[in-house]
Amino acid sequence: MDCTNAQTLLDGYLDGELDPVRNLEIEEHLHGCTRCSLSYSDRQVIRRGLKTESLYFKAPADLQKRIQRSVRQAAKAEAPAGWLSWPWLRFAAPLAAAALVVLMLVPIFGGPSSDELLTQDVVASHIRSLMVNHLADVRSTDEHTVKPWFNGKLDFSPPVSDLAKQGFPLVGGRLDYLNNRPVAALVYQRDKHVINVFVWPADNSGQTGGPIKTLQGYHVIRWASSGMNFWVVSDLEQNQLAKFTDLLKASATTSPS
Amino acid sequence: MVGGAVLTVGKDQLVRFEQAILPHLDAAYNLARWLTRNDHDAQDMVQEACLRAFKFFDGFHGVDARAWLLTIVRNTCYTWLEQNRRGQAMTSFDEEIHTVEEDALNPSALALKSDDREMLKQSLEQLPAEFREVIVLRDLEELSYKQIAEVINVPLGTVMSRLARARARLKGILCSRLKEKP
Repeated sequence: MDCTNAQTLLDGYLDGELDPVRNLEIEEHLHGCTRCSLSYSDRQVIRRGLKTESLYFKAPADLQKRIQRSVRQAAKAEAPAGWLSWPWLRFAAPLAAAALVVLMLVPIFGGPSSDELLTQDVVASHIRSLMVNHLADVRSTDEHTVKPWFNGKLDFSPPVSDLAKQGFPLVGGRLDYLNNRPVAALVYQRDKHVINVFVWPADNSGQTGGPIKTLQGYHVIRWASSGMNFWVVSDLEQNQLAKFTDLLKASATTSPS
Repeated sequence: MVGGAVLTVGKDQLVRFEQAILPHLDAAYNLARWLTRNDHDAQDMVQEACLRAFKFFDGFHGVDARAWLLTIVRNTCYTWLEQNRRGQAMTSFDEEIHTVEEDALNPSALALKSDDREMLKQSLEQLPAEFREVIVLRDLEELSYKQIAEVINVPLGTVMSRLARARARLKGILCSRLKEKP
């Protein structure tokens, strides 16, 4: 092993992260090379310093209470959502809600349907993702990085495909919250236009396909396929967005995932 | 009685959350404290991160609650850092620009004394956040490379090379500070 190799592996050796064969090779090299072994002892000195000089900041005593208070408050506010996780209510509640909305609000007040509310939510999520500098939790143009990132964060695995060749590069992915559940948000780009694709498992409450909608200058296209709801939102010109949607549909049905 | 049911479901979830998350508050605070570099904001970051964690707790199916919480703390801190950098020139992190190779060429037989805590702390705080966090996660929090890769969301190989650069940088800062010292 030469010095260049040894230097790149020195940290792995220090941290005990190398395989036994590499460990032996490094040890042999350190025996015979003063420069690398000095470099290694420097690292040891710094690490020992970091560990012994009490640089670890423990949480202040009252922080736990403060957090428990605020989480309990949030739990209270979210109690109606927890209610929905009751098995029989899960089916009954959306139906009842839909029935209420249809029977009462629309004919009497002409108010928004649950579908329109969801459309507003989707557009609001899209705008928020552009505003607060939080477009992506995982930034990658590689579908094989973005898809596994959702593992353990969601109870489903969203289909992810990069459409860079077709002019719609993948930018990354993000967790979002829509329709009372965590959802996957996939971010694509066309020139300067950002496209958000929200994905979550389709349930029995309807929300399948529908005509293209426009709200506050943003176009919204939605459909359901292979058990998932897809909502696409962007300020991209309508025909181009429709083209993007077709590409996404095609890739979702052909990709093995 | 529907009211009773609401409370039981909520309570159960809350207990599960507190059991999984609260034991890792020290880890969460330590990372936030090093990323924000002050106590007040660090506490706010941990609180905000815990609220986010609670909101997404349904989606947590893994076993490593500490790494999961640290990931959220880190994301929360970075959002905060980006907002606070606004107005200043945005210094985006570039792995290559930060390459420091003098360490490999100039081993120095470094020696630290027991009263060097403040110097160590300031030197570590001086590092870019992306370097600071890998040292904090490895040397203070003692996470494995695999856990670090998950928390900072980079491939495993990048963890080792970033740690190497971070430590080389830290050593460079320490050496120049030691030289200035009377």
